[in-house]
Amino acid sequence: MNPVEAVLRTLHDGELALRDDLLAAAEDHRAEHEFHHVATDTARWSAEHARLIAVTAAARDLRLPADHDPTTLTRLRRKAAADLTPRPDGLPDLLEALAALHLAASRNSLHWEMLAQAAQAGRDAELLELASRCHPQTLRQMRWTNTLIKTLAPQLLTAS
Amino acid sequence: MRDRIDRIAEPWGDRTPYRPGQPWPVRRDAYLTGDGVDRWVPTASLLHSNGDAMDVAVRDGRIVGVRGRADDRVNRGRLGPKDLFGWQANHADDRLTVPLVRRNGRLEESDWDTAMGLVVERSRHLLDAHGPGSIGFYTSGQLFLEEYYTLAVIARAGIGTNHLDGNTRLCTATAAEALKETFGCDGQPASYTDVDHCDTLALYGHNMAETQPVLWMRVLDRLAGPEPPRLLCVDPRPTPVAARAEVHLAPRIGTNVALLNALLHELVRTDRIDHAYVDAHTVGYAELVAGVEKCTPEWAARICDVPAREIRRAAELLGDARRLLSTVLQGVYQSHQATAAAVQVNNIQLVRGMLGRPGCGVLQMNGQPTAENTRECGADGDLPGFRNWENAAHVAELAKLWNVDVDRIPHHGPPTPAMQIFRYAEQGSIKMLWISGTNPAVSLPELARIRELLRAEGLFTVVQDLYPTETALLADVVLPAATWGEKTGTFTNADRTVHLCEQAVRPPGQARPDLDILLDYARRMDFRDRDGAPLIGWHDPRTAFAAWQRCSAGRPCDYTGLSYELLRERGGVQWPCTAEHPEGTERLYTDGISWADPDTCESYGRDLVTGASVSETEYRALNPDGRAVLKAAEYLPPHEDVSDDYPLQLTTGRTLYHFHTRTKTGRTPQLDAAAPEMWVEIGAGEAHRRGLGEGDLVEVATARGAVRARLRVTALRDGLLFLPFHYGYWDTPVRTDPGADGGRAANETTPTDWDPVSKQPLFKTAAARLTRLAPADGTPAPAPTTGAAAPADPAAAPPTTGGPAALADQRPAPAPEATP
Repeated sequence: MNPVEAVLRTLHDGELALRDDLLAAAEDHRAEHEFHHVATDTARWSAEHARLIAVTAAARDLRLPADHDPTTLTRLRRKAAADLTPRPDGLPDLLEALAALHLAASRNSLHWEMLAQAAQAGRDAELLELASRCHPQTLRQMRWTNTLIKTLAPQLLTAS
Repeated sequence: MRDRIDRIAEPWGDRTPYRPGQPWPVRRDAYLTGDGVDRWVPTASLLHSNGDAMDVAVRDGRIVGVRGRADDRVNRGRLGPKDLFGWQANHADDRLTVPLVRRNGRLEESDWDTAMGLVVERSRHLLDAHGPGSIGFYTSGQLFLEEYYTLAVIARAGIGTNHLDGNTRLCTATAAEALKETFGCDGQPASYTDVDHCDTLALYGHNMAETQPVLWMRVLDRLAGPEPPRLLCVDPRPTPVAARAEVHLAPRIGTNVALLNALLHELVRTDRIDHAYVDAHTVGYAELVAGVEKCTPEWAARICDVPAREIRRAAELLGDARRLLSTVLQGVYQSHQATAAAVQVNNIQLVRGMLGRPGCGVLQMNGQPTAENTRECGADGDLPGFRNWENAAHVAELAKLWNVDVDRIPHHGPPTPAMQIFRYAEQGSIKMLWISGTNPAVSLPELARIRELLRAEGLFTVVQDLYPTETALLADVVLPAATWGEKTGTFTNADRTVHLCEQAVRPPGQARPDLDILLDYARRMDFRDRDGAPLIGWHDPRTAFAAWQRCSAGRPCDYTGLSYELLRERGGVQWPCTAEHPEGTERLYTDGISWADPDTCESYGRDLVTGASVSETEYRALNPDGRAVLKAAEYLPPHEDVSDDYPLQLTTGRTLYHFHTRTKTGRTPQLDAAAPEMWVEIGAGEAHRRGLGEGDLVEVATARGAVRARLRVTALRDGLLFLPFHYGYWDTPVRTDPGADGGRAANETTPTDWDPVSKQPLFKTAAARLTRLAPADGTPAPAPTTGAAAPADPAAAPPTTGGPAALADQRPAPAPEATP
């Protein structure tokens, strides 16, 4: 596999993981209504990104792992993550979830940046179009999580 | 013109046809009881957003009737049914006349010192123990400007809390947000007089006939005259507007963005674009074109269940218009993707270059009479004077005006919208909630949840109201307030027209004007400025108005050219009104976009899907010259769609005869009789398929709850149910909750979901199941026959009439002057 294909593969994993994390967090925080609904909406973006990456990859004879049923695997992933990640005591769950989602989106964003740069350097119009189509929505996922942290943190950290 | 007609049976009265460009002819409406009038007191109407100017008739210290003001720009003498009859609710037997305090679980009569003492004691304790974030204020769209401004200063600089919002969040937040997204700042671009000039009128989710009957009279008079305007109506219900429309689109609910994107697609495809206007006054056109490129009428037809050829016809109507006026209301604001859809209406107006000229403009309407004032005074999620909480210079202006340190005004984040305030109360971090002039126990979504959180031990609730509403009955302290006619103040309607409402009579018992209650609280809390002087330096409506004028100076909503005397003499005047423009301002943006500059704008905007803030840096890069922003938005499927368990779409809404939770209209004999009880609407085709008929007793259930009522079969679109949202429990045995007969309030069924941009809750996008409980027994549904609830088969229900009690006067010329 060449390095660009490695980026595609990493992005595919990253977008599917973000989709799963968004859906899982939406489920965990059903009572946080705005978060619940927007997380569900933006999970759809990540799912679409993964699908588009898979289409592009297939055209290059790069086989990516098949998509899985988000709900079952998500539960496993989250259980593993919860066991491994040390969680600071007392930090509200919602803020913690938002921070994790922001970091996951940032990671995807950096890989989109790599892909777009590689596409330009390699004059690969198809890859560039893929990155141009998807990367803006990844940036919107980052801005959204940041806005919610900025909005909710004061109350959740000082008045609870 | 007939002299006297039944205004329940004929809500819009007789016609005074006129031609384009002519002034709207006068028709003077009046309703008087008994004989003789001691004096007439000028005011304006309070049970909708239209701001109809009227005089109150007083005899022996009591209100005995009303008449429209012929000299006023808004209504030219006309009054709607709620204007004519609604004042009688002031005299209801169950007005609150003494403060009430909860003791041992029961509300008991008390006195002002005790009640205010409790509120102050709790405020102080919470400030010491938990800080300002533990106190929230939830106000109304029905107080006066002077009251909102005072409340805003108390909350922001006195308590120092970010948690102040109005129930205007439920009715008008999307109007404000859509204007901010497009024009950088709130402020209604057009004027009601644009109805006089337009050749095409597009109404999006706006049943004007029932929500603003006097403005609809203006449209009817144009339709009855030479060269009438052509109407486009987007509404799932068969409204009186739809009946007069050249094109009526009745989309599936929750699909407004798809429909509007297809209309934009067609305008672009056929190049019905004013490129010169777009080049001179907007940014973002290329992104908009890219955003709607794939949104063909066929694509939208599949999503909206509207024929593609009808979408094309609608686009042609918009494209052929030479003077296009567009209006928007709750069908957009309370539906899925609210702001994104409202912004696309702005976009249509901009790409057609239809702004700031007679007959050309957009009216992002309001639902409530004084909603505009909650917005401009900073009691509805923004800082006073449409100031930007992210702009340090704007916050510094307020700090200077109020003579407090900048740090005392919370501006670390956006002011908290109502639904989030209730969420914090549910979580327990807001421990005191002061609710003024609104009834969340009926008007918020998912009522079982709202009742539970209002009842929670950890939340101290203060309710300031006129009647023992469902919410007041759950409160810890109830403060009796004076209402319209019993206090003085100003308010501003949906087209920026400011009216003075003067006190005509004394409030009942110990009830006090809301302003007096707030000033009393400020005094008792001893709020001080930086120099130790009282933070609130005013003591009555006139001095409060003067304080607001200073706050408004130099902002779009500039009131510095107004005074009580001027308003008394001239009737309604539109802001901005300044020394340079002493006559007021009919239209905004007559000479380009004026308030979108990064240094002056109210907001840098938000992502139309996620609600994420656009940063100042991004906004400066995007819009350095302060133009209108054309923002595209992708369509998203509704959050709650139909399923096997809930196979029908469900929406909620209004009838002409009621306002909000019927606190006043349910206490007005003529209005109450016209629509006395809850009902459910279904379309004739859907009813036939399900073997249902007029008058069947049915249950409508969603994942949240259920209501029971009789079924009205109308010409509603397939797959949809409609519930009026006005009915609650105050006039049922249990008074606060559903009783043995099941739910009556539509909001038992609605979801907790809000637009992430405007934070307006979505009352119009849900899925439901319909079950027949009992077949009809010959009694039709108790729904009015005059509006959108009219039966598909006219013989299915007797026509709605008011009888002799609803006879009111209408005259083409001004009536004789008042008897001394």
